[in-house]
Amino acid sequence: MATIVDIKEDIALKVKDFEFTYAGAPAPSIKKLNMPIAKNSITALIGPSGCGKTTLLRSFNRIHDLYPGNKYSGEILFHDRNILSPKEDLIGLRIQIGMIFQKPTAFPMSIFDNVAYGMKLQGIKNKTELADRVEKALQDAAIWKEVKDRLKHDANGLSGGQQQRLCIARAIAVEPEVLLFDEPTSALDPISTTGIEELVVELKERVSIIIVTHNMQQAARVSDYTGFMYLGELIELGNTEELFVNPREKLTEEYITGKFG
Amino acid sequence: MMTHTQKRKLINNIVMALSTLSALIGIGFLFWILGVLIYNGVDALNMNIFTLEGAPPGYAQSGLKHALIGQLYLVGIATVIGVPLGILAGTYLSEYGQKSRLAETIRDISDIMMSAPSIVIGAFVYAIVVAPMGHFSGWAGSIALTIIMLPVILRTTDDMLQLVPSTLREAAFALGAPKYKVILQVVYRGAKAGILTGILLGIARVGGETAPLLFTSFNDNFLNTDMMEPMASLTVTMYNYATSPYDDWQKLGWAAAFILSMFILGLNIIGRIIIMKRKGR
Repeated sequence: MATIVDIKEDIALKVKDFEFTYAGAPAPSIKKLNMPIAKNSITALIGPSGCGKTTLLRSFNRIHDLYPGNKYSGEILFHDRNILSPKEDLIGLRIQIGMIFQKPTAFPMSIFDNVAYGMKLQGIKNKTELADRVEKALQDAAIWKEVKDRLKHDANGLSGGQQQRLCIARAIAVEPEVLLFDEPTSALDPISTTGIEELVVELKERVSIIIVTHNMQQAARVSDYTGFMYLGELIELGNTEELFVNPREKLTEEYITGKFG
Repeated sequence: MMTHTQKRKLINNIVMALSTLSALIGIGFLFWILGVLIYNGVDALNMNIFTLEGAPPGYAQSGLKHALIGQLYLVGIATVIGVPLGILAGTYLSEYGQKSRLAETIRDISDIMMSAPSIVIGAFVYAIVVAPMGHFSGWAGSIALTIIMLPVILRTTDDMLQLVPSTLREAAFALGAPKYKVILQVVYRGAKAGILTGILLGIARVGGETAPLLFTSFNDNFLNTDMMEPMASLTVTMYNYATSPYDDWQKLGWAAAFILSMFILGLNIIGRIIIMKRKGR
């Protein structure tokens, strides 16, 4: 059984006996996992490659459903409902739980249209409202000053770091409750990385954040809670500082001191 | 006595000379064809070509208007039917069928169709359209051209859509987009230039077809815009005029060959420019 610290905050998401099996795989990639996710906090998921941290992250918005044959069991509770239920409205779920990917995913359209995309999907047509919310989202993502004179330009002309902040703006424009970050800085240079990290910390006032990272320093810098996963299981979930300074599980200690990974 | 290095240099020079010569011969023929076409074609060009219909040999006042308009009808209608069918089928393969057995079978059949001799497709349309109707018709010609065009557009669309990174699709789904909106608003946009190139290449591919039209739309020496009747095309007209013993008809044949080549050359160049621009970004 995993060592799980008491969470002071409210709970945003609760994972219960969760198992996930990829299509055609003989064994589950995540095994009987239990884990609370704190509200308005940042939870980092760390662990060696193949430990299941990205697989777990991609279960929270059920993006796995795009590929046929993947199997879930157990429960992920969000507002007391099990989002793994076949009856779950995936479009509504993905509006409430947004996602930022490893590589920036700017759509082949203008900067403005990129940020407005999610709002337009929700049927917002009023031009002034769209313009206001696009500006606000870009400001919140700390990129407004750089792009305000070229909102009509192709978003693919931006640098990698700018594109990633644009993607964050696009995700927060629809006002989600939870944001999932899948190694959001692994394709970026150190300066852009610092910018994104600062942004993530600011965002936790409004959203609950789960971030998967290969970089333990990043987890230590930004997160409130850190979960260490190994071979599809959660080994330990702790307050970030405690977990890095004084891990309770031997495996966690071996991983953070670099004995394997 | 040659040293080892000298020998290697000599061999190197021989191979380089041979391959350069071969390349020059290949390009030489291309420019020869173009040169002869331009020499004879431009000579035969005049305003009458575009304003007058065909006439019996010996009439000074004759042109290709019937063939130009017939060609536009035949290729235009084939494009109107073939492009949406090809794009939708390509979309099915890339976005819905993916690696399923049905999708892979369609891909294989489409590849076989792409290399099928066009005269066979002409014979097929003769059997299923011309024979039951009892006569040649513009529709039969357009159907034959559509069948030839379809696999080209289908496969380019499929390939171009698959080139759109799957993370882009995931990002759109992650914002709560339904599948049809992901395809229409994100995937198509990403593959726009490629799909357009496929359409142009498809049109260029059927624009120069003669064999399937001989069996289907046949020919007409006068202007006809009734798709139910036989219809003139540049290619078949060119074939008839060029093989005739009359000087003035042969001249018209050259003019037809010139116009047709410029049309197809133009389409190919536009296609290349689109591809180059896309790579340049």
